[in-house]
Amino acid sequence: MINSLFIINSSGDVFMEKHWKSVIHKSICDYFFEEQGKAGSPEDVPPVIATPHHYLLNIYRNQLYFVAVVTTEVPPLFVIEFLHRIFDTFEDYFTECSETTLKEHFVIVYELLDEMLDNGFPLAVESNILKELIRPPNFLRTITDTVTGKNTGVSATLPTGQLSNVPWRRTGVKYTNNEAYFDVIEEIDAIIDKQGNTVIAEVQGYIDCLIKLSGMPDLTLSFINPRLLDDISFHPCVRYKRWESEKVLSFVPPDGNFRLISYHIGANNMVAVPLYIRHNIQYREGSGGRFEVTIGPKQTMGKVVENISLEVPFPKSVLNLTLTPSQGKYTFDPVGKILTWDVGRMDPTKLPSIKGNISLQSGHPIPESNPTINMNFSISQMAISGIKVNRLDMYGEKYKPFKGVKYMTRAGKFQFRT
Amino acid sequence: MTSNSFQLGGTGFGNDKAPSTGSGEGDFTNDPASSGFFSENFKRHEDLKAMLDGNKDNLKLDAMKRIIGMVAKGKDASDLFPAVVKNVVSKNLEVKKLVYVYLTRYAEEQQDLALLSISTFQRALKDPNQLIRASALRVLSSIRVLMISPIMMLAIKEAVMDMSPYVRKTAAHAIPKLYSLDPESKEQLVEVIEKLLGDKTTLVAGSAIQAFEEVCPERIDLIHKNYRKLCNLLVDVEEWGQVVIVGMMTRYARTQFVSPNQEGAGEDGKNFYESEEDEDEKEETEENEDEPKKKPYIMDSDHRLLLRQTKPLLNSRNAAVVMSVAQLYHHCAPKSEVGVVAKALIRLLRGHKEVQYIVLSNIATMTVARRDMFEAYLKSFYIRSSDPTHIKLLKLEILTSLATETNISVILRELQTYVTSTDKEFAAATIQAIGRCASNIAEITDTCLSGLVHLMSNRDESVVAESVVVIKKLLQMQSTGKGRKTTTEHKDIITHMAKMVDEITVPMARASILWLIGEYSERVPKIAPDVLRKMAKSFIDEEDIVKLQILNLAAKMCITNSKQTRLLCQYVFNLAKYDQNYDIRDRSRFLRQLILPAEKGPLAKHAKKILLASKPAPVLQSKFEDRDQYQLGTLSHILNNKTTGYKDLPEWPEEAPDPSVRNVEIPVPEVTTKKSERKKATKDKSFYSESESSSEDEDSDEESDDSDEDEESEEESEEESDDEDESEDEEESEDSDIPQKNNAPPKQSAPKKAPKVEKSESEEEESSSEEESSSEESEEEKPPPKSKASKKKPAKETKAANQNNTDLLLDIDLFGSSNGVTSSGGTQGSILTPSMASAMSNLTISGASSTSSSNFVQPMNIPLKSYDLLNRMTGNGLGITYKFTRTISVFSPKMVSIELTLTNHGESPLSGIKVGKKTLQPGMEIQDFPEIASLGTGASTSVLMAINFNDTTQPAKFEICTLEQTFKVSITAPVGELLQPHTMGLQDFTQQQGKLKGMTENTGKVTLPKEKSDAKSVVTNVLTVANMLQVPSSESDTVYRFAAKTMSEGVLVLVSVSVNEESANIVVNCEKMVIGTMLLKDLKSLLAKS
Repeated sequence: MINSLFIINSSGDVFMEKHWKSVIHKSICDYFFEEQGKAGSPEDVPPVIATPHHYLLNIYRNQLYFVAVVTTEVPPLFVIEFLHRIFDTFEDYFTECSETTLKEHFVIVYELLDEMLDNGFPLAVESNILKELIRPPNFLRTITDTVTGKNTGVSATLPTGQLSNVPWRRTGVKYTNNEAYFDVIEEIDAIIDKQGNTVIAEVQGYIDCLIKLSGMPDLTLSFINPRLLDDISFHPCVRYKRWESEKVLSFVPPDGNFRLISYHIGANNMVAVPLYIRHNIQYREGSGGRFEVTIGPKQTMGKVVENISLEVPFPKSVLNLTLTPSQGKYTFDPVGKILTWDVGRMDPTKLPSIKGNISLQSGHPIPESNPTINMNFSISQMAISGIKVNRLDMYGEKYKPFKGVKYMTRAGKFQFRT
Repeated sequence: MTSNSFQLGGTGFGNDKAPSTGSGEGDFTNDPASSGFFSENFKRHEDLKAMLDGNKDNLKLDAMKRIIGMVAKGKDASDLFPAVVKNVVSKNLEVKKLVYVYLTRYAEEQQDLALLSISTFQRALKDPNQLIRASALRVLSSIRVLMISPIMMLAIKEAVMDMSPYVRKTAAHAIPKLYSLDPESKEQLVEVIEKLLGDKTTLVAGSAIQAFEEVCPERIDLIHKNYRKLCNLLVDVEEWGQVVIVGMMTRYARTQFVSPNQEGAGEDGKNFYESEEDEDEKEETEENEDEPKKKPYIMDSDHRLLLRQTKPLLNSRNAAVVMSVAQLYHHCAPKSEVGVVAKALIRLLRGHKEVQYIVLSNIATMTVARRDMFEAYLKSFYIRSSDPTHIKLLKLEILTSLATETNISVILRELQTYVTSTDKEFAAATIQAIGRCASNIAEITDTCLSGLVHLMSNRDESVVAESVVVIKKLLQMQSTGKGRKTTTEHKDIITHMAKMVDEITVPMARASILWLIGEYSERVPKIAPDVLRKMAKSFIDEEDIVKLQILNLAAKMCITNSKQTRLLCQYVFNLAKYDQNYDIRDRSRFLRQLILPAEKGPLAKHAKKILLASKPAPVLQSKFEDRDQYQLGTLSHILNNKTTGYKDLPEWPEEAPDPSVRNVEIPVPEVTTKKSERKKATKDKSFYSESESSSEDEDSDEESDDSDEDEESEEESEEESDDEDESEDEEESEDSDIPQKNNAPPKQSAPKKAPKVEKSESEEEESSSEEESSSEESEEEKPPPKSKASKKKPAKETKAANQNNTDLLLDIDLFGSSNGVTSSGGTQGSILTPSMASAMSNLTISGASSTSSSNFVQPMNIPLKSYDLLNRMTGNGLGITYKFTRTISVFSPKMVSIELTLTNHGESPLSGIKVGKKTLQPGMEIQDFPEIASLGTGASTSVLMAINFNDTTQPAKFEICTLEQTFKVSITAPVGELLQPHTMGLQDFTQQQGKLKGMTENTGKVTLPKEKSDAKSVVTNVLTVANMLQVPSSESDTVYRFAAKTMSEGVLVLVSVSVNEESANIVVNCEKMVIGTMLLKDLKSLLAKS
């Protein structure tokens, strides 16, 4: 399936390549660079590029392009999803996946790539298994390695998980403190039009877990209102049948961090929008304009909205902005023409606002349309959809784990059209 | 290149703080300059070589890490090959691993040296550690050196037998590697794949299918046997395997089932959400009922199984899995069910932009065909300014496709906001989208038109240009579509556009305007010549496309208004004559001859008709219109171009191929175990099925001679019904751990229904020993070749089994099917189709060949009649019916196997149902059914019990107890059920018949009703009465002979029916006179009955 992988940095340098079948010279990437040149922004590079004999499928994340080369028909999503999975694995191993970290750990990277694919077909992808096969780098290990002189990062035996029917969990897990944390995170995607009406609002939710439990615990998580969840995707560990019949999540968890479920609450349900903005953006003939934005609370259910920030991409003809915010700080990137206003917490008694002047490049026609405003915020202790965990039960092990659930709502793609 | 080339960007790859290497070169510092460019080529890598040649592990490791760094960077490190390859024997695991990585990269270039390492791998292949075995195989198979392909083949063959599924998985991966290296080996590889496909571990399944797809996707027949297993395992297979399997299944479904979207398809949809059992039951009933008349459409139960098993995968976290299921539904599910995938696809839209791109492309294609599916999710396609352009365009495409009269206003409002986008490409596409909406929905055309005209005064040129082009198309469409009268209203639009010629510079827009004016010049008679005048003036500066339109305009004007424009026209033609572009020169020459000919030719007369003919309106359609020729979710679909290795999705077949090929052999039940464990036994067995078939084959060769005459052509007619029997039967056996309600109702509702050929049952020890014996044999096995199976053999084995308890395993059921298909097995084996061959491969018979010359055979055609055992009234709500399954009983071959169906009609659940006290004639025995713990209200369940009637028709009396009550019941077996079929040749038959003359012969004569005098109904009737087997006869006479033996004593029973026109003579020969007379009576009554 996947023939080769090239990792390319933002300056167009192929700094790592790996081949699972016959070697394909990296000059194949020239086709990619050609397409990249045509695209306006790195985001715009088409994910699938056809060349005379090969097909290049690429993903762009964290300023890196992962370009996979395939030679025959293959489900494109298969490759793309896998590239993302490789990226996630690197992130998992090195906490950040960037050119620097990859170069720093190139041996592990190479070993990982070798283990994840065989003949271009996925072999071991589960992070728990990989971590047993190839130990992730950490500070302590480096020290012991140098002291003992033994430094093998690879395991000599096959992880038991690979063969068991719970391949995601490694065996022999032991903790002195047994803990299970669940983060219910919801992101609101919304488009709000000029008049302040909600065009569309959806919630994308996740339950991310950090499980540190010894042995082979079998967990059951139930919700007070499971009806809300009608569109879910599960981690493979979740027993689908139980969910279908009883609406409880029953699973033997992987060890460590993982995403248990992600769910989607569609536009057909009513989704509360916690904030509104009042805006007044005008361009005037004669190289000028006015910019004024006020943020106010709408449906916050008594919680504090934090980490508010605004991002406004301006057209190229805008030269600069001189603004005065009532709170927080603002910056304007004169190259990307992006205004960022870090608002911080919102005090409902004193609404945050920012106002000032726009200066336009003279000679250019004034922009026709106002920019859209992207907003970020977070509200802790609340899941906007109202989903609530009822209880968590553990079977199969005797000890009493410490359990915790945290709720959080934040903005996903939250846009105001102006 | 210098020796510190492994250091990348000064930062990384050198984290292994270079220790002193002893090579004396101090160029390991992070400063690239210090190495200087004098570290010449001939000395390059010297230090690395020294490190590798040394004997310190950590030095070697460091060296290897640096080398891998070079490999990773894409730098050439091939000259280190000799030094590296030596370390393949290193004890240090990490060194070893890195050497492996290096080897796979360079072995192809250094073939001779690579061979040095082979023996190491061969040794490692025998290592007790499965990880080492697996990685040795991985590397060995990745060394792309043709010379070692025999070694690879050997290694693969060994590895597919490995205990560890992990090693088997790597073996599966190795297969395509070897195939790409050495396509010659395909044949052998196919065998290996076949073996792997039989593997029942989820770990292996995905990789096995992947190997199958890469090596022999055309061998769809290999899938048949594994189809149901794959479907059932699918949920537990790892995600990547799921994608591959579902992809393969799509193709499979398209070749093996008929289209679900024909007439009468809808009805099946309703039981989609019903529980598994209900559904099976329902399907069974449906099948049954529909057999005689030509059925409407009933989905094949296997087709349904596939759809049902894949549905949960829509909840996968893996986008590729969701997509593959979506395409399966799109291509293979009934229309009414495809909708379920919409929600899952919408969920994927929240993923990474690349995922979005692929999913949106697929949705775009789906919306063309199935708009209603995504209509509810319209808002999910609204565009955000932050989306990448290609995503925006796709969403726009989908929005346009989704537009209907009801939602158009919402969509238009949305589109209006997009027009102002700063992304010009997107804004232009939006205008086109508006145009498409306008052309599709007549009501809004005028609104759109005025909106577009408004846009023409936009400040942005590209927006204006695009609007002009779209308006042109719309106007043209209107004039052809609705007649001229509406167009006159648009005079002002044309005027407006004519005025814009001065301002607009985009060539395409200018060309469009000119074309419009030329086409409708009579509507703007004043302006048109003026425009031409202006254009003539600027002709030389125009773009080619505009020039062509100027020529067109000139020609048209010259025809309609030659007085004013003839000179202008001539002028333009002259200019064009000397143009650089030959298209333009050509055009001018052509038009000149047409419009201003030197002499009047025939063409010139028709110039007006030619030039001013009404043109067909352009069709504004989705770019995705033609993409549905490609299978969804494929690379070809995304690129809209056939990619290498893409195969078109086959069209549905008109007639479904034989569904019985998917039947897997029937479980071998063990007496001591409960039913739930039986299923397991089956699975185990299937794993070894091939090896067993091989031994069977040998047998068949030996014996084909004496079975020549064993067949008769008549049986062909029964083929079909046989196959059906089997598929049903199969279903039962699959669900054998939940046999409760599946079985009961169909039998009650359709008592005269086609018979059930049941699993063969042999002695208890057999199944346990069977595995060992078969695995031993598996070594030398061959694929099922020219299947010469005759119906005789398997039967013989049975006897052997029954008699001496050898390690036998027999599958009479399948044998039955083969029997039906190969009409005269022994002699015509060569006509077997490949699929047949694979069906045969499933015959599971192992062990010694039997020596006896005659044996039992399963009946061909057994209608199952059910009898009331306990009436629901007398049973206080508990109703019991029973029927004779006509199979060899699990418990003892002397027993008659009886299936009881218990139904609770009462108000309250019953519990603890079991057999109580038995009152039996001497010699009779009853094998109880296992106690039924509880039976809910309305529920029903089936259980098997067995009775040895000792060859009498005396009733077997016993009690059925529930917790509260006890009911006395009795079962009487009709004499025909006390028999078991027996195969014998014609000669044998006549001989035996001769011995049983006189007292032991009973004769009778009946008048046959007209409609029942044909061969088939006579045979059917006889077989309905008695569990016998027809004796094959070569002559085409009208004498039908049947043979059987009694259950417990094995006394021969022979029946011959000779038909003369309206009447039939029946002769029954049997040592036991009671049986003989009673059988004759039964036969007479049924044959005579009209």
